[in-house]
Order: sequence, then structure tokens, then C-alpha cells
Amino acid sequence: MKPAAFCYHAPRSLPEALAILEQHPEARPLAGGQSLMPQLNARQVTAPHLLDLNRLDGLDGIEEAEGCLRIGAMVRQAALLRSPLLRRHLPVLVEAAVLVGHVATRNRGTLGGSLCQLDPWAELPLVATLLDAELELAAPSGTRRLAFRDFAQGPGRNALRPGELLTHARFPIPAAGTRQAFVEIADRPNDPAEAAAAVSLRLGAAGEVTSAALAVCGPFPMARRLPEGEAMLLGWRPGADPRPLVSGMPLPDAADDDRAAMVRVALRRALERAMA
Amino acid sequence: MSEERFPISVTVNGEPHRLDVPARLSLADLLREGLRLTGTHLGCEHGACGACTVLVDGASARACLMLAVQADGRSITTVEGLERAGRLHPLQQALSERHGLQCGFCTPGVLMTLVELLDASPSPDEAEIRMALAGHHCRCTGYQGMVDAALSLSGGG
Ligand code: FES
Ligand code: FES
Repeated sequence: MKPAAFCYHAPRSLPEALAILEQHPEARPLAGGQSLMPQLNARQVTAPHLLDLNRLDGLDGIEEAEGCLRIGAMVRQAALLRSPLLRRHLPVLVEAAVLVGHVATRNRGTLGGSLCQLDPWAELPLVATLLDAELELAAPSGTRRLAFRDFAQGPGRNALRPGELLTHARFPIPAAGTRQAFVEIADRPNDPAEAAAAVSLRLGAAGEVTSAALAVCGPFPMARRLPEGEAMLLGWRPGADPRPLVSGMPLPDAADDDRAAMVRVALRRALERAMA
Repeated sequence: MSEERFPISVTVNGEPHRLDVPARLSLADLLREGLRLTGTHLGCEHGACGACTVLVDGASARACLMLAVQADGRSITTVEGLERAGRLHPLQQALSERHGLQCGFCTPGVLMTLVELLDASPSPDEAEIRMALAGHHCRCTGYQGMVDAALSLSGGG
């Protein structure tokens, strides 16, 4: 027995979970446990109350809603890989999920856990940043929606208020003809990324880029968009060499180390792959 | 301090158990200390090494990152559950023949991962096998023997 003792709650329903949180606002929600359990084991984190979400009903579905894929917070990362809806509409999320941890950690680890954990190198928050995902945050008073960019406040810091739980994430389904790709650079494929880039490009009638989203992580405190780079891509055509573009792209707030070079490599590869 | 205990029913290697466990007991410690199934090894206890990998309803999981109470209603398979009627599982046999182990510390976890892989896709290629093994640290033998063993059982190998 390694973690410090805690009071354990395993609610079956969302209202029950929210009632427990209302009573114990300091309770730590436990999703897949692939980040929190190591911290509890090492006593880097102690939690007087643990709110285990693994018995909750209704947070493990993937459905189409209002032009989005609405994904339950407790959907396992392994289930993201198997979802036909995701493969059809959001292959970039599948490409990213393959690179999260290992088989055994993906079998337990969840989408919601990763989005709340906000590790600076994590793949799923990078895709949520790229696609401007929107989150549903439930509280006893009702559910509010929050843009992921406002939710992610810093490494390991999210905008959940006391008593709130993340229940779903909505990822917009890209318009037909949108090209997306995810590329990461790591020592080994399933190690934490040194740098990663995700791109989403919409093409006009003549094949030119009419809107672009670029998200990167690695030399930054956490995943971020590159608005200057996105503007530079407008009018760009497939087949053109992305290298001059990428080498001239400003990387605001990037640490001055190897990862800044790696992020440019990841960006170039992602652009090439999206346009291939 | 007397800790609250939670009743669980769990099937381990086909055998049903009813137990009372403290909430902070890990599944790994339940297996090793509660049930004396010490084949499941603990290396890092933070999910990195893979030594503690078991199957939960057929899907691999780090037993050091799961609470015993979370195993309620589930079916767990450990390395002790692999042999049949006193005979080694074909993967155990293959690992032994292909020098896929030395001290054996990482082996139980490696076996569970490879069993899951071969159950899911009977003909994995070398890249898939290496990808699955990437979640395991072996400090002795290296991975080539493990890859060879898995390939020898792969329909495509
Ligand atoms: S002991 Fe569980 S992964 Fe190392
Ligand atoms: S055989 Fe010794 S650690 Fe793998």
C-alpha cells in the first residue's frame, strides 16, 4: 500500500458524482489513473478524497452532434483508436491517439483525463488546441461550455471550478476537403514527444490554402497555436516547398533549445503529409 | 488507524474470490500479497516499466496503477493463468526457446502484452510487435529474443 490513505467514492451517475464533489470540493477526480495514480503512489499528490469516475454511466460514448464529434470524458484512448466515427471524421485525432503512451496505458487512460492533466507534451490537448475543441463542464447548477483554449491555463492547470467535472469534449468535424496531419518527434514512438505539430488546412477551388490552423508543442510551456504561421500559409499551394515558410515562421515564447529546431521539422513534415 | 474496507468480487485466473480491500490497495499488491500470486512483478510502481502488466477482461493494464477495488466485477489474468494443465503457454515456450528472457523480472508483463497482441491480431509483423514491447523495460536480455518468439507464433512470421 503506497498512496496515503484516502476516502474513496465511486458514484454510478453524474448527479451522484456532482453531489459528492459539492460535499467535498477538494476531492480529486480519478479518470483512467495513468497520470494521477503514479503521483499518488509516489505521494507527490495526496488526496483526502478520491472520486473514482470509472463506474459512472454515460461518459463513454462518441456521437455526432451539431457538426461536432461529442466524445465522453471517460472514453478510453484505446477506444478512440477503434471508433469508426473518429476514423471517418477526425483521423487526425486517431493519428495522435496512437502515440499516447502504450497499449496498456491507452486501455485505461481517457480523453478527459488527458485534457484535464495538460501535460506540456501531451498529444490529445494538442489536437484540442488545433481544432478549437469545446468542453462541457458540469456542476450541480447546470452545464457550461468552455473553449479549450480558455480551459487550458498552463501546464497541469485547467479552468475547472471547485465542484465541476469535465463530461464531454466537442471536436468540430472538418469541412470536406480539409487536410489534417499530426507528426511528433520522440526518442521512441511512444515516448513523450520532444516536439509535435498538428496542422489543419482548408483548400479553395484552385487548391490554395484558404484557412489554416497550426498547433505545436515541445519548446513551449504547453500546446499553442501559431497565428503568424497560420497567416503565412494563406494562399500556399500543395506541392510548394514548405521549408522556406516553416523556417521563417515565428515561434513566440519558444525555449531556445533543440526542441525549437525539432518543432520546425515536425511542422514541415506535418505540412508535407497533409498535402501529400 | 483502521481503514474502511470495500467488498469486491473478482475472478483471478478463472477462480472467483470475494475479498474486503482497503481503497488504497493496488491491484498489484492484492495479487502479490493478498492472493500470493507473485508472478506479477513490481518494478517502478508508476506505470513506466511494464513489469506489473496483467489482463483485465482481456485488455492489458498496469496493475500498479489500478486499485484493487476497481477490479470489482472483473476478470483478471496473470502470468500464473497462462499455463494449461501443467504445460507452458506456447508464448512461454517460445520465449524460453528463443532466449527471450534472462533474469525474468520483466517477463510476466511482457507475456501478458504479447498474449493480448496475438489475441487481437494473430499475425502481427515485427513493427507491431516492437511497438507493443515498447511499453516494457528489460534490463538484461534486450528485445530481439522476445521479438523472435512472438514472430515464431505470428501467422505471418
Ligand atoms: S511496476 Fe507497474 S509499470 Fe512498473
Ligand atoms: S529478463 Fe531481466 S529484465 Fe528482462
